[in-house]
Amino acid sequence: MAAYAIRRLLGAIPTLFIIVTIAFFMMRVAPGGPFDQERTLEATVMANLNATFGLDKPLWQQYFMYLGNLFQGDMGPSFIYRDLRVHQILGEGLPVSMALGAWALVVALVFGTLLGTIAALRQNSTTDFAVIAVATFGITVPNFVVAPVLSLVFAVILSWLPAQGWGDWNQMILPVIALALPQMAVVARLIRGSMIEALRSDHVRTARAYGLPNRIVVVKHALRAAILPVVSYLGPAAAALLTGSIVVEQVFNLPGIGRFFVQGALNRDYTLVMGTVVIVAVFVVVFNLIVDLLYAALDPRVRYD
Amino acid sequence: MLRLSSRTAVLSAALCALLAGSVSAQTYFRGNDGNPETLDQHKTSTVAEANILRDLYEGLVIYNSSAEVIPGVATDWSVSDDGLVYTFNLRDDAKWSNGDPVTAGDFVYSWRRIMAPETGAKYANILYPIKNAEAVNKGEAEGVSMGVEAVDDTTLQITLEQPTPFFIELLTHQTGLPVHPPSVEEHGADFVQPGNLVSNGAYTLVENSLNDKIVLAKNEMFHSADTVMIPEVHYLPFEDRATCVRGWEAGEVHSCSDLPAEDIARLKAEHGDAAKVAPYLGTYYYALNHTDPILADPEVRQALSMVIDREFLADEIFQGTMVAATSFVPPGIGNYATGSPEVEYFGMSMLDREDKAAEILAGKGITPDSPVTIEIMYNTSENHKNAATAIADMWSNFGVKVEYNVRDASAHYAHLRDKGDFDVARAGWIGDYSDPQNFLFMVESDNDGFNYANYNNAEYDALMDKAAAITDLEARSDVLRQAEDMFMRDLPFIPLLYYSSRSLVSPQLKGWESNIQNVHPTRFLSLDG
Amino acid sequence: MTDTTLPDAPVLTQESRSLWATAMLRLRRNRAAMASLVVLIVMLFAGIFGPLVAPHSYAEVYPEFVKVPPSLTPYPQAEAIEPAAQSALRRARLEIGEISISGGQVSIEVASSREIDPRVSRYIDRSDVFSNAETTVADDGLSGVITADVQQLYFLMGTDGNGRDLFSRILISLRISLLIGFLATAVALTIGVLYGATAGFIGGRVDNVMMRIVDILYSLPFIFFVILLVVFFGRNVVLMFIAVGAVEWLDMARITRGQTLSLRRREFVHAAEAMGVSRKAIIRRHIIPNTLGTVVIYMTLLIPKVILLESFLSFLGLGVQEPLTSLGVLIAEGADNMRNAPFMLFWPALTMTALLFALNFLGDGLRDALDPKDR
Repeated sequence: MAAYAIRRLLGAIPTLFIIVTIAFFMMRVAPGGPFDQERTLEATVMANLNATFGLDKPLWQQYFMYLGNLFQGDMGPSFIYRDLRVHQILGEGLPVSMALGAWALVVALVFGTLLGTIAALRQNSTTDFAVIAVATFGITVPNFVVAPVLSLVFAVILSWLPAQGWGDWNQMILPVIALALPQMAVVARLIRGSMIEALRSDHVRTARAYGLPNRIVVVKHALRAAILPVVSYLGPAAAALLTGSIVVEQVFNLPGIGRFFVQGALNRDYTLVMGTVVIVAVFVVVFNLIVDLLYAALDPRVRYD
Repeated sequence: MLRLSSRTAVLSAALCALLAGSVSAQTYFRGNDGNPETLDQHKTSTVAEANILRDLYEGLVIYNSSAEVIPGVATDWSVSDDGLVYTFNLRDDAKWSNGDPVTAGDFVYSWRRIMAPETGAKYANILYPIKNAEAVNKGEAEGVSMGVEAVDDTTLQITLEQPTPFFIELLTHQTGLPVHPPSVEEHGADFVQPGNLVSNGAYTLVENSLNDKIVLAKNEMFHSADTVMIPEVHYLPFEDRATCVRGWEAGEVHSCSDLPAEDIARLKAEHGDAAKVAPYLGTYYYALNHTDPILADPEVRQALSMVIDREFLADEIFQGTMVAATSFVPPGIGNYATGSPEVEYFGMSMLDREDKAAEILAGKGITPDSPVTIEIMYNTSENHKNAATAIADMWSNFGVKVEYNVRDASAHYAHLRDKGDFDVARAGWIGDYSDPQNFLFMVESDNDGFNYANYNNAEYDALMDKAAAITDLEARSDVLRQAEDMFMRDLPFIPLLYYSSRSLVSPQLKGWESNIQNVHPTRFLSLDG
Repeated sequence: MTDTTLPDAPVLTQESRSLWATAMLRLRRNRAAMASLVVLIVMLFAGIFGPLVAPHSYAEVYPEFVKVPPSLTPYPQAEAIEPAAQSALRRARLEIGEISISGGQVSIEVASSREIDPRVSRYIDRSDVFSNAETTVADDGLSGVITADVQQLYFLMGTDGNGRDLFSRILISLRISLLIGFLATAVALTIGVLYGATAGFIGGRVDNVMMRIVDILYSLPFIFFVILLVVFFGRNVVLMFIAVGAVEWLDMARITRGQTLSLRRREFVHAAEAMGVSRKAIIRRHIIPNTLGTVVIYMTLLIPKVILLESFLSFLGLGVQEPLTSLGVLIAEGADNMRNAPFMLFWPALTMTALLFALNFLGDGLRDALDPKDR
């Protein structure tokens, strides 16, 4: 298993290289540069800035310089946040985004599983229908609508929770809910489907026939089998959380890295964009690996060697 | 499930009231436009940075709470008769936050640093009026050749390239703020980090976390520290204006530096005076490409300008957060005693304007039956879109069909700067200092950066040159007015609206005065229990 | 990722015809799915023909009616006619006397210290509220009466920030959103099915390389690339389809490949091979038709995904260009205005929710109907 994991990680290196290359040249093909803004800069000033950041060199030279630095673990200086280097910026934002994403994932999994199981146990009842309706609603309403509505209701009108900001635990509640909602909905639907199937399966029927308490049958036997599709959904879920964080961080004013996806690209902060791309790619590779290993752990039929 | 969540919410609400509570009286939570790109006064370019730097540092002269220029580190100054040499006397009790005295030499050091090409200062050109500054910035001259000299520790002499009547006003800009030379020498670019940063203003830097908050604490070394009422300021960067509004309404923020236009009517209705809309030193305009065959005709440009109902734009599209513009230089600007020229058609009724425009355009063969197509280029933003849509509708009655070209800001301005092809392009200009020259210089024929319209009028250039050589403000104002007259006749840019500043200010916060520069130094504010 | 994480591809065990027949039978019994189908067909028709028969053009601007709330009674409402007349005439610098309204006609008494220009009636005409205005000036030229027809404008869902009828905007947005959904899905399906079928059928090293490429693409932060594409190459609707389609084909490729792998071992494929049918022809005639069931299910799930993705791009300000609009653009505008004009959010959001509900339920229904495991 360890050998397999290492092989997978090594195999990711050429992938990363290709991604970095594509991203680098895509950024540079784009019209406009990091110093084009509402207030056009004086020609002299622009020349000085380009020289300071090495933008006056040929593109291929910049590319190899970037690769060289990246190899040494340096993501370069940010073009926009001039007091900071890219690794510092990402270093500050990453823990915030990770905490947000992790909590959202936990909430989505726990409540999604709970709702899905309840619905499956009472298949075709009103409860079941209500769960499906709520779950579908969670998927259909974009979170740039859900997030400000949550903030409006719980912070401005009811004053129960803070409307914005980061640092206190209570500032995390609304963003986590907004982020988790659509994923929770998907998980609930997945669990409901596979649970219904699992409840009909032979080994659950057998367990029931042995007279095991319903709770144990559901949790130990049915849920264990039903959870597999959710595990394979974790990969897409993580990607969706990433996208969602762009919206949620903006609406709740959180200092995560989600905003750099958009702001970095709009500002043409070349190095910051590249840094974000690298981080995300590494994240996806590692996360997929974890998901696969988890799958193997849960499903005895799957083995890696 | 529902019961569960409401119980948690009640619980957390109780806890939240205990922990965070409402805004603490001791700390000023100040909403800012966005995260500053830098706290290095020499690399700065945004309003968000200016707000923070104004609290951290004190320049030779500063703005008071109503944006009047008052002495800062300098106590007084004199100007030579030819208007070229300024001599400043510095106050002897000015100190850096580490106790070092603020000397004339610090300013000399600072200005040599901002002009050094390797600093990569975005706004170096603000100080180009100083003798040899531009040459130094271009790398053609040594820093020592600049017209800045420390006569002694408290006397600073500045020599200019040519008379610049607005020079004192220029020094209020954040690029004129001093750096602490020993910390720059010691930490290099990192002198701006908390712990390294030594400032000479009312506040010092305590914490700087990106996109989260910037914490400033009162500087006890500051010469007027006893008048500073607010001990701590948290600058909160808001990318999304609506978020700041919600934070303010929830009592988490004392002031917001910008408000969403679509929400302004409600805010005024619900919070009255707390929602402030004040004239601002800026103009929202459409640049017309003078190399375009249709738009090259000044009469066509006049006609296009005539039929734009600016009141509609101001009142409906921008919900009263902008003001209909009848000139390029915004009203209320300094050094402009004569004021902007009056353009005849702005006094006429919309119908007469439309008739006249239809007549002009028909004379050029442009009628609804033989329409021309014009492309409006604007950068991504909701209100730019709505404004363009409304203007297109106003033009459509006269045989001018509109297509749109939308880009993000970087691509939009790069296209203009690179002299890419366009018909009509949206742009806006916020004055760096309160002087009409700061607006009218944009369309000088040799202004590569801002003359998007490719306007080329030797007469106009001559007037601007003439004004630059006059030290008498009255006489200069007359010449600048002639230039603006020509501007409004030729319309390189169609002025549409004057900007307003929009802020939301808690009644707890005292001393906030709306002003045309939208500057509100924290040292002049106070918080009520 | 490896094959092991692939969702279990349903294996189609019967002849396709009878499969479809049974599937339809099962689908017809699923009331939620049938209701969804009806909703979808209605929306489809609304999107295609709605803009043609809508009372207003989606691009028509009514400057007098910016952000007016939804109403079943026509605008201007009776109490608004007087102020409308006053505001229309304010610029004419006239003193306004009595205003009387009868039937669809309004008559306004005016007076002025200067001679009244008969053209003033055009101020009234210019306003969206009135039409056919005529001025009768008294002999002294200082007073007169303006009469005009009052227009009857219905804004059932209110108007937007430019004074355009929201109902008409929703109709056109439905068209655009559905178009984006279908086209992007079509792009994704075409690429994905062809790619997956080819890889699965040829197998061996080619399969390895092709799936390796899919793996690489999987780890690209694709959302981010869509943003870059849209930012860089302008907001071309066609480009958006391609970009979104290019993002979404990967899943499809993997699912199709899995199915193809199992189909390959089936007798009729072996038979075709033995008869010397070319690989291309086998893929086209046997493999792809047999994967269609899964494809249809996947399509009903992919369309909502694409529509949501488009709305996300709209939230970032990268949506469809004026004067066209999409549900995503309308919802993003509505979200900005949710406190001062909630209806601007409500109606588009309701439409979107109904559309996505229908697509989701139909997708579920189709899956249940086509899934042999449940049989």
